[in-house]
Amino acid sequence: MKADRSMISSFIKPIMESLIAVVIGVIIGAIVLKLSGYSPVKAYTALVKGAVGSAYGWSMTLSAATPIILTALTFAISARTGIFNIGAEGTVYFGAIAAIVFTNMFANPLWGLIGGIIAGILWALPAALLKVYRGVHEVISTIMLNWIAFYTALYLVLGPLANPNDPNKTLEVPASARLPLLMRGSELSLAFIIAIAAAIITYYILWHTVLGFELRASGYNERAARYGGINPKRAIIWSFLIGGIMSGIAGATEVMGRPPSYAISQGMANIRGYGFDGIGVSLVGRNHPIGIIFSGIFFGALKAGATYMQIDAGVPLEMVKVVQGIIVVAVAVPGLWDLVKKVVRR
Amino acid sequence: MIDMIVSILLGSLTAMVPIVLTSTGAVVSERAGVVNIGYEGILLMSALFGAMFAEMSGSPWIGLLGGAFVGMLLGMLHGAITVYLKGDHIIPGIGVNILALGVVAFGITAIWGTAGQHQVPSNIRIQPIINTPYGGLSPMVLITFIIVFLTHWVLFRTPLGLRIRAVGENPEAADALGVNVERYRFLATVYGATLAGLGGAYLSVDWLGVVTKEISSGRGFIALANMVFSGWNPVRALIGGFIFGFFDNLSVWVRTNPAISQVVPWQFVATLPYIVTIIIVAGIIGKVRPPKWDGKPYKRE
Repeated sequence: MKADRSMISSFIKPIMESLIAVVIGVIIGAIVLKLSGYSPVKAYTALVKGAVGSAYGWSMTLSAATPIILTALTFAISARTGIFNIGAEGTVYFGAIAAIVFTNMFANPLWGLIGGIIAGILWALPAALLKVYRGVHEVISTIMLNWIAFYTALYLVLGPLANPNDPNKTLEVPASARLPLLMRGSELSLAFIIAIAAAIITYYILWHTVLGFELRASGYNERAARYGGINPKRAIIWSFLIGGIMSGIAGATEVMGRPPSYAISQGMANIRGYGFDGIGVSLVGRNHPIGIIFSGIFFGALKAGATYMQIDAGVPLEMVKVVQGIIVVAVAVPGLWDLVKKVVRR
Repeated sequence: MIDMIVSILLGSLTAMVPIVLTSTGAVVSERAGVVNIGYEGILLMSALFGAMFAEMSGSPWIGLLGGAFVGMLLGMLHGAITVYLKGDHIIPGIGVNILALGVVAFGITAIWGTAGQHQVPSNIRIQPIINTPYGGLSPMVLITFIIVFLTHWVLFRTPLGLRIRAVGENPEAADALGVNVERYRFLATVYGATLAGLGGAYLSVDWLGVVTKEISSGRGFIALANMVFSGWNPVRALIGGFIFGFFDNLSVWVRTNPAISQVVPWQFVATLPYIVTIIIVAGIIGKVRPPKWDGKPYKRE
């Protein structure tokens, strides 16, 4: 490692690698589109226009970015602690359910958020304790917990929380507990600001507090951290808890601040998939809270543009998930930047 | 009573196939030192493309081979990233799992023009070799047993197996003795993913006869749990696979049994395989030991 340039390159390189991954995703996506008999140009034009071509498009992009920024923080904070918490998915369900229950008891948005936070902490605990006391690998435990969460949540959604007036959704968050909209007639609410604040708070915790130092130290080198007087078990538990809070809030804000439903829809369609999207957002954002804000908005734009692409270019909106997946695989290729430089030089 | 036992036994044998195939593949891969958590995604994509190949060719066996082929390609991708580029072992697996969510959702629409679900025509599904009034037995169950015992024999009784285990246990020593660490690690990774691919195609062209976005239902991860349970041993993975298959099948069986589902909501029964998985893994840890260089890239000094 060279001492000069290293500051700049350690800042530029990850950004370049993420950008290259995005370009690879877009190119392979175009090939898939072509092979499936669609026009890539038409599809991408519609996508971009839909996502950022108007103020309304931007509002859709930012509201789609909101939950996945929060779930990305769950993954990022665990990755910084040296573990892979992929349990955001299940935590979102319980965050949403808790918010509905709490706001129906106390019609106030603050209580909804508190509900989401409590649910996030409670659902993060089993995986944290299994990891620390039984050594169960967190990838296995969190995936299993996601499925347990799914069926349990499905039971609650269909049973105790069923809406007597509308079979297509659960009980609603009462009007007085909904988050205010930032733009009239849009889906963009205060939830977006909450997500940005959460990212900044996560950044602050990780790099400007003792706890954050302990998390990063035990993630960087567990043994060295232990010699330095840091308890890695404590760090792992904290990392799960803070991560759980983020995903719990993601679920809560999704039902409190995303019109028109203000409830969980049939089959939990409006709260599913955010956990896994968040992992992609975090990896592309290099597991850095500020990077996550940008990659979250990018992934949000893909989601928002997808609907438009389906209407305007006739391409199934799932196509953007293929692009997302390719981008995430590309990010996993180590030294992508050096690889590209080598090829270009040749 | 006897009909119930036969039906549960057949059901467990049917349900264990994808888990056992994936676990066996994972055992070989990790014995060589390569961790792959992308099996869930491999199962999903192989289920999709396996059904596609089967319908294009009119033969379910081509479908199974096609699924294995897709697994092989994804294994080569994982091997290239982890073995040759010395990348992280977990992140590419996460990438493949996320990619699968998109590919299957898009694929079902792009290939068959339906949204979310595709029924595989019954004439191009694998037909059972044994038929009883309480259920059938697929030839794939037999093939799975053969694959497991063959893999076990190769892994523990042949020079090839010794090299595979050596590069996962002590790659430095293996390297010093002239074993090509990278090549064996790569081949083991590809073998593991290929078996998972076979298991994925089994889901769509044999057992379930359908392609959905959730067809793998966490089985790729249950297989990893089973691998841990087995202590990285194929024959013991067969036994573990039967236990996991039993609960997988039981949850389906109870769901369709009105006498029970009236008392206990079916959703709770559906969580059973996942709860059992956690309990088994939590109970077994400390009693088994992973290969020493499991998940660690090997770079020559």
